[in-house]
Amino acid sequence: MNMFIATLLSPLIGGVLLGLIRNPELAAKLNILTGMTTFVFSILLSMQVVGHDAVDAMGGWFHLDAYNVFLVALTAFVGMTTTIFSRPYMQHELENGRVNTNRMRLYHSMYQLFQFGMLLGFTTNNIGVLWVSLELATLATVLLVSLYRTPASIAAAWKYFILCGMGIALALFGTVLVFYASSAVIGHGNEALTWTILMEHASDLDATVMSIAFCFLMVGYGTKVGLAPMHAWLPDAHGEGPTPVSAVLSGLLLNLALYALVRCKMLVDGATETDMAGHIMMGFGLFSLAVAALSLHKQRDIKRMFSFSSVEHMALMTFAFGIGTPLATFAALLHMTVHSLVKSAIFFTVGHAAQAMGTQKMAEIRGLIRHHPGIGWGLLIGVAAIAGFPPFGVFISEFLVFSAALQSYPWTVVPLLLGLLVAMAGLFRFVQPMVYGETAPHARHVHVNMTPVYIHLTLALLLGLSIPTFLADWYHEAATLITMATVTGGGA
Amino acid sequence: MTIAFSQQLIDGLASLMLLVSFALLAQHRMLSVLHWFAGQGVLLSITAAVVAYSSGHEELYISAAMTLLLKGFLLPWLLWRVIRQLHVHREVEPMMNMALTMLMALGITLFAFHVIQPIELISDLATRNTMSIATACVLLAMLMMMTRKKAITQVVGFLAVENSLFFAAIGATNGMPLVVEIGIAFDVLIAALIFGVFFFEIRNTFDSMEVDAMNASLVHKDDET
Repeated sequence: MNMFIATLLSPLIGGVLLGLIRNPELAAKLNILTGMTTFVFSILLSMQVVGHDAVDAMGGWFHLDAYNVFLVALTAFVGMTTTIFSRPYMQHELENGRVNTNRMRLYHSMYQLFQFGMLLGFTTNNIGVLWVSLELATLATVLLVSLYRTPASIAAAWKYFILCGMGIALALFGTVLVFYASSAVIGHGNEALTWTILMEHASDLDATVMSIAFCFLMVGYGTKVGLAPMHAWLPDAHGEGPTPVSAVLSGLLLNLALYALVRCKMLVDGATETDMAGHIMMGFGLFSLAVAALSLHKQRDIKRMFSFSSVEHMALMTFAFGIGTPLATFAALLHMTVHSLVKSAIFFTVGHAAQAMGTQKMAEIRGLIRHHPGIGWGLLIGVAAIAGFPPFGVFISEFLVFSAALQSYPWTVVPLLLGLLVAMAGLFRFVQPMVYGETAPHARHVHVNMTPVYIHLTLALLLGLSIPTFLADWYHEAATLITMATVTGGGA
Repeated sequence: MTIAFSQQLIDGLASLMLLVSFALLAQHRMLSVLHWFAGQGVLLSITAAVVAYSSGHEELYISAAMTLLLKGFLLPWLLWRVIRQLHVHREVEPMMNMALTMLMALGITLFAFHVIQPIELISDLATRNTMSIATACVLLAMLMMMTRKKAITQVVGFLAVENSLFFAAIGATNGMPLVVEIGIAFDVLIAALIFGVFFFEIRNTFDSMEVDAMNASLVHKDDET
């Protein structure tokens, strides 16, 4: 599995090298190059894995199946386009004195280390290492959130650090409990935390211990997913950090936390043979959806507003994974893809808009279309896509979530629909005045690169019009993999 | 050492651990918080060594040595240096009603025993009692994080949570696999270093180590029009 090693090493080597380069312009180029290399390797890797059975790499330490290799490719892709966006964006911040060259070095280096943590987390076969890599990615982003060293950014980073530290400490306790249950069955050693082996023995694990473990894992990883009421860190971290960081937080890091949660749910389902875990996830999903939809209306900062939209969509995915039927899982995976694409595109656009207007306050951002049509249209189309308008992919995935909910739990459609409508109203209420009308007098010309935005939105559009066969097969394969655990109680 | 004796020893260490958790919660002088925290680290490494001896898991000796170095000496020393440099080592932290905090702590301990009981009924591991105490310690350390107003004591609370988790892992399961153990230790070390950098940033930016002063800058953000 040489492709696999290359995929993992590329951001690590890139991150170390970028820590040594002082010239910001050169570093930005190398950052893009690293992103592209990782992406190319990840595509080659997925071509090797898809269509075959799951592959173990490096003596069983890593495990690649349809579910995670798809997330590896998605992570590498969004990671690459974000590096392209971040070049002009960070250049502008440097010129305006919000960062100095040393901070730029930190930024580039931590960005790639974050990517490394993400890819390690997705590919590892050991749920303990999964925890370690999630913590690693969190630590890297803490430094990125505090990059500007303003009072608000330091406070936000501290809050993020303490809340997520506490949250994932709970997840670690859950992992200890899983190990407690599994070492009694499998024996004391690495095998007892190795996911593939755990899956084989899932039905032998003690149901009581696994239920208690799931409660800790749910709250722990749920904090990182941004589920209410543990979401308090999320808007601050998104609002105060540099925009490329907001984009990867929303588009990628939340996915890793949800991925970890779903992996654990598969185990717990196998052990308890009930829908307990799924029901808890559905409950958290519905509650977070309601909280996010209502909080969205109260925001004044554009990045905080869109971060609540991320809570809303993560809640929807958690809900869909909670239902657990093949259709719902398919929908959740599709939603994960389109949400990552569209939300990072929106953050790219928002970043340029905030630079052009010199503020993140929505009340002072006016007339984007007249000032710079690219930014204005990008924001408008992006918001239409995320709000679930056809023909974008979000519409299809939300439609599928609704169908799945109707099949299994019809009453949940009412709060779901209500939540999505309230959130949509909130988005348009703020976006309309920002996009149309007279340009605000303080607007200035900035160098923008809208290509990543257009690529993301085009992909989201294509996914909405027709999902390519290979991709549909891929989702289907992953959905079968995830739900098979639920139905048969392990033994994939 | 016979199994029964080592079991008693581990039970004894577990009760000491609970005692230290209560003590940490009750301290309001910066320096004594650090002393108790270092004591907790040393206690942990002794527990790890005893479990390693009685269970024959040799890799636990490595964990014990790592814990002694990292949690018994390095982290308390780093924190001590930071508070010396920030000139806050003599500071006394105002706390919420002590009697109330202790009552809450008592309630939490009872709750932990109540939750873990169903597990113990079906467990045949020799070191099962420790699980309830470890759970109690995790929750007590979280209570400490919540009741404290200063950034440094919050961090000690965070590290105490980590300590209790490690205690749960060695007490109930004879330790996690070494790879995971090393990974966690590495993360904790990085986290502590970042915390250290943050203390100075907080001090320079807010001119105080109070968490409320920091949150004010975020609350303000919401309110401005």
